Amino acid sequence: MISVRNLTKQFGDFKAVDNISFDVAKGEIFGFLGANGAGKTTAIRILCGLSKATSGSGTIAGCDIMSQSEEIKKNIGYMCQKFSLYEDLTVLENMELYGGIYGLTAKEIAARSEAMLKELDFGEHRNDLVGSIPTGWRQKLAFTVANLHRPKVIFLDEPTGGVDPLTRRQFWAMIRRTASEGTTVFVTTHYMDEAEHCDRVSVMVDGKIMALDTPSALIEKYGASSMDEVFRSIARNAVRNE
Amino acid sequence: MNRFLYFVKKESLHILRDTRTILVVIGIPIVLTLLFGFAISTDVNNVNVAVCAPHKTVSIIETVESLQHNTLFTFKGYIPQNEIDATLRSGKAGAVLVFDEDYDRILAGTAGSGEKAVQIVLDGSNPTVSASAGVYLSAMLNSIWGDSSQMDMIENHILYNPQMKSSYNFVPGILGLIFILVCAMMTSVSIVREKEMGTMEVLLVSPVKPIWIIIAKMIPYFVLSCINLASILLLAKFALGVPMTGSMAAIILISVIYIILALGFGLLVSTIAKKQVVALLISGMVLMLPIMMFSGMLFPTENLPVILRPFTYIVPARWYIDAIRKLMIEGLAFKGVLLEIGILTAMTISILRVALAKFNDRLE
Repeated sequence: MISVRNLTKQFGDFKAVDNISFDVAKGEIFGFLGANGAGKTTAIRILCGLSKATSGSGTIAGCDIMSQSEEIKKNIGYMCQKFSLYEDLTVLENMELYGGIYGLTAKEIAARSEAMLKELDFGEHRNDLVGSIPTGWRQKLAFTVANLHRPKVIFLDEPTGGVDPLTRRQFWAMIRRTASEGTTVFVTTHYMDEAEHCDRVSVMVDGKIMALDTPSALIEKYGASSMDEVFRSIARNAVRNE
Repeated sequence: MNRFLYFVKKESLHILRDTRTILVVIGIPIVLTLLFGFAISTDVNNVNVAVCAPHKTVSIIETVESLQHNTLFTFKGYIPQNEIDATLRSGKAGAVLVFDEDYDRILAGTAGSGEKAVQIVLDGSNPTVSASAGVYLSAMLNSIWGDSSQMDMIENHILYNPQMKSSYNFVPGILGLIFILVCAMMTSVSIVREKEMGTMEVLLVSPVKPIWIIIAKMIPYFVLSCINLASILLLAKFALGVPMTGSMAAIILISVIYIILALGFGLLVSTIAKKQVVALLISGMVLMLPIMMFSGMLFPTENLPVILRPFTYIVPARWYIDAIRKLMIEGLAFKGVLLEIGILTAMTISILRVALAKFNDRLE
């Protein structure tokens, strides 16, 4: 579903993303790990079409990232670490807006948002302003909204930042459910316990992908007891900081 | 196009939900216009008048008595010559009646020609009040003297604001300011807010073309500005009695051009500013201040120091306010403001081009 070859993004002399290659299969949960400044965000921006790569190639859902970014945008969902719903709009109005942006008809929007609210068991709050809803719920809603147009790939940039452990568990249950329905999930996170929920993870250090495998294989390879240890032993060699 | 309408709806909801802001935006123009409307009310009552007389002759005392009986004036007592300025500055009196040493002889016509019998010194800091006070005082003196041919015996001397600008010159100024406030300031803040909140990223990832996001943002502010334009024009016409004999079509056309220009400024500011506060400051300092100083809104541009005068030519508000003044007050026809329309159109196009180029740059 995602296929990237030798992707590089250079700002002057600085290689934010240095020659990375990977593939992600349909329905896979792909964890994209790395310390701050390792180049994760730049890489995601390229994949989402917000930024152009300096060199390299890749496809997302069969569309070329260098030339078909408009096509790609129709097939992806995106949720970023900063809160991405409008606080002064109601839950339903937010859903309507995002559905509308992605070209769903009013009927489709109504049907899908009803179904999703029901699944979240959040129907009674449909007309509440998002600003009045607790953070955990907002993140879950933001995820739901990013899924409203049934994208083939959904990018989650640190979706669980600032969320309590219980909500994080619920959030990951939602991610797994979405993946099992065939959506590819591309997720970055700081929480290494979350990395263990991924099917495969990559660890980025100084713009390069230093490791890429299933969490259990990585734990075995590095003789560690958890992903946290794996991450620390890989990231130890980082030169860049912030 | 359907997607676009969802955006316009969203932007409208943002504005409508923010009751306080919308009240301010709709209310301020009305309040400003009405405030200036009251300022030009010519019913001036209770002008405080002090009298400076070297000798209190019978005729002077009689004149002061009729002053005291007149409901338009409040007599504030006699003051010595050297306190005239202090009395006016302190606000104890708005006008000082200065009798000449030879008052009686001048009245009797026995003094040399060209001598003035009375000097009226006015505090011109409020032009309307001082103008009226001057006229009232002259009229009163004339009625005492009983001969209008002696009018030239009064020397009117206006301090502090010799231009005596009429206050409804402010209506064009208010228009020039409000559109920058509503369009440039509000649009830039609203775009920068999305950047700050991170919602802009989400919009940019969506298949909607960035230019449509921006246009959708501008539409509600454009509508708001049109409401402001209508309310100010109606108030100016019916509450303030501004002549408005000029071409209404030209007033509306040039206002629309100016509104679009202000929206362009808003977009430009939003591409520079990273924080809402910065956007607010830039629109406030960089856009509003020149309008106040260089557009002729507060001070006639002719009164500026020569070095600063060229700046007025690059301030769009100057051309706009000039044109509106010509149309509203001087009552010129459409072709009287062709130059201003041309200049504003050119400015609008260049601002939009720069803003859009910068906007696209920033996306990369």
